[in-house]
Amino acid sequence: MQTKKLTTLACAAAFAMLSGAASAQISGNTVKVGVLTDMSGTYSDLAGAGAVLATQMAIEDFIAEAKPAFKVEMVSADHQNKADIASNKAREWFEREGVDVATELVTTSTALAVMKVAKEMNRITLMSGPGSTPITNEQCNDLSVHYTYDTYALANGTAKAVTQQGGDTWYFLTADYAFGQALERDSSAVVTANGGKVLGSVRHPFPASDFSSFLLQAQASGAKIIGLANAGADTTNAIKQAAEFGVTPKQSLAGLLMFISDVHSLGLQSTQGMYLTTGFYWDLNDETRAWSKRFFDKHKRMPTMVQAGQYSSVMHYLRAVKAAGTDDSGKVMAQMKTTPINDFFAKNGRIRDDGRMIHDMYLAQVKKPDESKYPWDYYHIRQTIPADEAFLPLAQSKCPLVKK
Amino acid sequence: MEIFGVPSALLGSQLLVGLINGSFYAILSLGLAIIFGLLNIINFTHGAQYMMGAFVAWIALNKLGINYWVALLFAPIVIGALGVLIERTMLRKLYKLDHLYGLLLTFGLALIFEGIFRDQYGISGQSYPVPELLQGGVNLGFMFLPIYRGWVVVAALTVCFATWFIIEKTKLGAYLRAGTENPQIVQALGINVPLLITFTYGFGVALAAFAGVLAAPIYQVSPLMGSNLIIVVFAVVVIGGMGSIMGSILTGIGLGLIEGLTRVFYPEASAVVVFVIMVIVLLVRPAGLFGRA
Repeated sequence: MQTKKLTTLACAAAFAMLSGAASAQISGNTVKVGVLTDMSGTYSDLAGAGAVLATQMAIEDFIAEAKPAFKVEMVSADHQNKADIASNKAREWFEREGVDVATELVTTSTALAVMKVAKEMNRITLMSGPGSTPITNEQCNDLSVHYTYDTYALANGTAKAVTQQGGDTWYFLTADYAFGQALERDSSAVVTANGGKVLGSVRHPFPASDFSSFLLQAQASGAKIIGLANAGADTTNAIKQAAEFGVTPKQSLAGLLMFISDVHSLGLQSTQGMYLTTGFYWDLNDETRAWSKRFFDKHKRMPTMVQAGQYSSVMHYLRAVKAAGTDDSGKVMAQMKTTPINDFFAKNGRIRDDGRMIHDMYLAQVKKPDESKYPWDYYHIRQTIPADEAFLPLAQSKCPLVKK
Repeated sequence: MEIFGVPSALLGSQLLVGLINGSFYAILSLGLAIIFGLLNIINFTHGAQYMMGAFVAWIALNKLGINYWVALLFAPIVIGALGVLIERTMLRKLYKLDHLYGLLLTFGLALIFEGIFRDQYGISGQSYPVPELLQGGVNLGFMFLPIYRGWVVVAALTVCFATWFIIEKTKLGAYLRAGTENPQIVQALGINVPLLITFTYGFGVALAAFAGVLAAPIYQVSPLMGSNLIIVVFAVVVIGGMGSIMGSILTGIGLGLIEGLTRVFYPEASAVVVFVIMVIVLLVRPAGLFGRA
């Protein structure tokens, strides 16, 4: 009887040790990547199905390259740009479906909501789509990475370059919600710091379709530059109507957040000469072209910076899981932060303590129609903004993780 | 010179822009008012039909080489025919039921149409160039008026008043009004009432498509362009008085002007001013400004 008890105890102990060992590695021997994105709304062209495809490509490439002993799976969902839908979905994924990492999250509100849920449940969030700086400032946490761009980098690229090139008086056309206001605030600071002057701004409802009234007000201000602190359809409609009302070329437009999908849908005729800041351009070098061509073959559109960043962030995560030999969030994040990122998207990119992935950004100018030689040949890259200058310096960060 | 701290030139230009937007509201709400006034259907597909009108013009130009002027006729005919099909196969079965059924059906159809176009063309929209004849603009002293916008006002208002004339002043219009009022008697006089109703729905839909073609060179042709606009247009119809033809035209223009002024004095409120007016009008005159109680 005694021996039987002992044997049972020993077995139980061995089992506990074994399962302990297993849980220190990969839970369920599967790494599950969740893509939460806008599949049907304003941002679905710049993120959406393209971001899901980029994730799939990253997973396939990782399996082919690293031949991991664990399985990698993907789930995806439409957050409809709503914070409550996003956080509910993320909670369901983490609690019931064993999702290890929530990714993409275009629209700041959804990103902030999911970051909170993920932190609570000890999971990682990788954000390629959203733009606002609070993600790595006031609201930062140690399990989140803001990957592709942010409003500081956009302002620092476009507003700085345009002001330095003589566009020293500005008037802002601002989408009246958190993102637009953040973009206006960051850009105004850069304009003033570079010797320019902000003459005023008009806050338009979000979303809006008719911009003629607002453009006439901007026109009346006499500013040399009209800064568009909005995104997506608001930006494209404003640009189109600016040309119609003779605002351009007397005054110039600066699109503070523009994606290649916007330029593509507007055409070069209406966008030529505009400056924009981007984290990625498909036609930058052989490596970017090779990847983008693969993407194009499947998606029939060239990737936006969000989609390229999505691939890079998922790949970096999966490699870190393999290197750390575990899917434990803390250990994987430590591995991600100590490993530099070197792929077609970023050279010597690194993730700072506040969760900001810093990498070179590019100042692009849209080509004239007769300068474009082949499909999607849209940008002159005028300047590379080095990683250390592109993003908010850590010294100015309000992130509690880095505050001294 | 300044009026309430706003330069009069800016004010003048905003009023003109308001008139331009107002004429869009007028033509769209007119289509809705006809369909509601004569058929008792709350046509929630109207925004999607407007969007499809713009897309047909875009497809016609890019795939078939059909220019803007032909598209102004072509798109309303195509989308109007689709409207006829919808009326014959679906709406017809709902006339005897509560308004709500028609509303739900047309709302569902709008979602389906938008979904199809979103799937095919993405969300960022397509560019449609301003026709060559109407490019450029004139300097009015207080503002630069794009010739195309001027044309939109003329075209929209002409179509609006022609429609009002047909319905209120001609024999055909009289049959139509009588046919919806008392179908049995009119039928007994040898007039094909069901055909008349089908034609009316098709015509209302064609008006939406016509507005879509007018809008294509101004806005990006995008699957969501209709749903962004349709709620405002419904408010216009409610303020004007559901079903009142002249009411919808005049209210459309008037609200465009008020919205334009709000954009100067308090831009943040410009998206809601129409609804504030709607609430006030409903409290004071529940049947709308021009409605018959």
